[in-house]
Amino acid sequence: MPHITYISPSGDTHTIDVPAGDSVMEGAIQNNIDGILAECGGALMCATCHVYVEPAHLDRLIPIQDDEEEMLGTTAAERMPNSRLSCQLKVTGELEGLVVRTAPRQK
Amino acid sequence: MPGVVIVGAGQAGFQAAASLRQQGYGESITLIGAEPHLPYQRPPLSKEFVAGKQEERHVFLRPESFYAANRIDLLTGETVTGIERAGRHVRLASGGSIPYKTLILAVGARIRELPFPGVSYLRTLDDSVAIKARLEEVQDVTVVGGGFIGLEIASVARGLGKSVKVFEAQPRLMPRVVSPVISDFYRELHASHGVEVVLGAEVGPRSADLVIAGIGVLPNVELAREAGLAVDNGIVVDEYLRTGDENIYAIGDCARRGVRIESVQNAVDQGVCVSSAIAGKPEPYTQVPWFWTDQFDVKLQMAGLSSGYDRTVTRGNPESRKFSVFYFRDGRFIAVDSINRPGDHLAGRKLLANRVPLAPDQAADESVELKKLG
Repeated sequence: MPHITYISPSGDTHTIDVPAGDSVMEGAIQNNIDGILAECGGALMCATCHVYVEPAHLDRLIPIQDDEEEMLGTTAAERMPNSRLSCQLKVTGELEGLVVRTAPRQK
Repeated sequence: MPGVVIVGAGQAGFQAAASLRQQGYGESITLIGAEPHLPYQRPPLSKEFVAGKQEERHVFLRPESFYAANRIDLLTGETVTGIERAGRHVRLASGGSIPYKTLILAVGARIRELPFPGVSYLRTLDDSVAIKARLEEVQDVTVVGGGFIGLEIASVARGLGKSVKVFEAQPRLMPRVVSPVISDFYRELHASHGVEVVLGAEVGPRSADLVIAGIGVLPNVELAREAGLAVDNGIVVDEYLRTGDENIYAIGDCARRGVRIESVQNAVDQGVCVSSAIAGKPEPYTQVPWFWTDQFDVKLQMAGLSSGYDRTVTRGNPESRKFSVFYFRDGRFIAVDSINRPGDHLAGRKLLANRVPLAPDQAADESVELKKLG
């Protein structure tokens, strides 16, 4: 299973085996990673699973689609060039070693 | 020392428990659910889960370990049979009672049933599991009720190759919540996918391999009523979501403050609101309602409450499958429904939240950037 590393705003680091096919958001929820709320369950309605992706890893991700782009305009924490909604990041072998930082605020 | 007891372990009850801990609440939290399962999400039950596109473990809001890690005593398969307000405790069906300092009623709603047998309903995880299994066996599916749940299940069943008929008593689809423009769009969407939609239909027994009804829900008010709390199509609460008893709150589908809203957003935001009040930082509940429904490849996003509207304007073109309908009452913008225009939806939410006026001609004019008005 691919390893995904989640870093909290205070620097707590958790590296988790996330099954391929799950999203980065689901990996966080299943493993009690704080700082990801995912209120809408991945329906692109709430922007409460906001993460900052390690910049060097950005080109491994699928591009941002229109609806994710719109939701990223409503995040509680600052939108950065490396902002993504983790519900849109499906874990595959390509993402082995992906590092994301959870946003300091989700609401 | 008694702490918070939450009756109902759905989205609202779960959220209240989780938010209380996030806010640093230190006393005991007991979360009591009648179903045998961990707290779970409902939206996927009529969408990706029942369609077989989502594993059951993803339906649960959090894994079992979450509750112990957050010192939340989760009692599943347990029913509260009564509230002793004077002595501040709840009675359990299994015997015994639990004392509370503060009680939160997050008891939800139950399906409205048709007056004849042979009908399946979709409300709980077990309902969804059963319907999912039946969909593997049957060919003809009849859906009674052209609201969100009925149309979502129709779309799933058709996607699985079933022959699907939808019967709606009113002359258009989703009549309680959307305007005729949206209703017509959805009738055509379903027809284009081969669903037979019958409007103005009489609701009587139907013959089909599988009959599923989605005709609304009734709030679970009995516990509150028997405890002497005010009940009127929901448990009546004030702006802090408190009942007439200062130690008892009600949130989610069962609670009514002017309106009673059945949605994930409302359940979550009321869970957060009540936890703030209990943690000593009360703020009135003022969140803008939002909803969504997924049918075939189209997502309808709704912001605000359109009931009582006297005017609508359409932005964009229904033929392009990208448009929004803005609702006005007495010239005031009250709600927007968007199809494949998430920007309009989010701009609408912001305008409503910030109480920024929007004129009908601004809403209709695509050269006006709504985002910039908010």
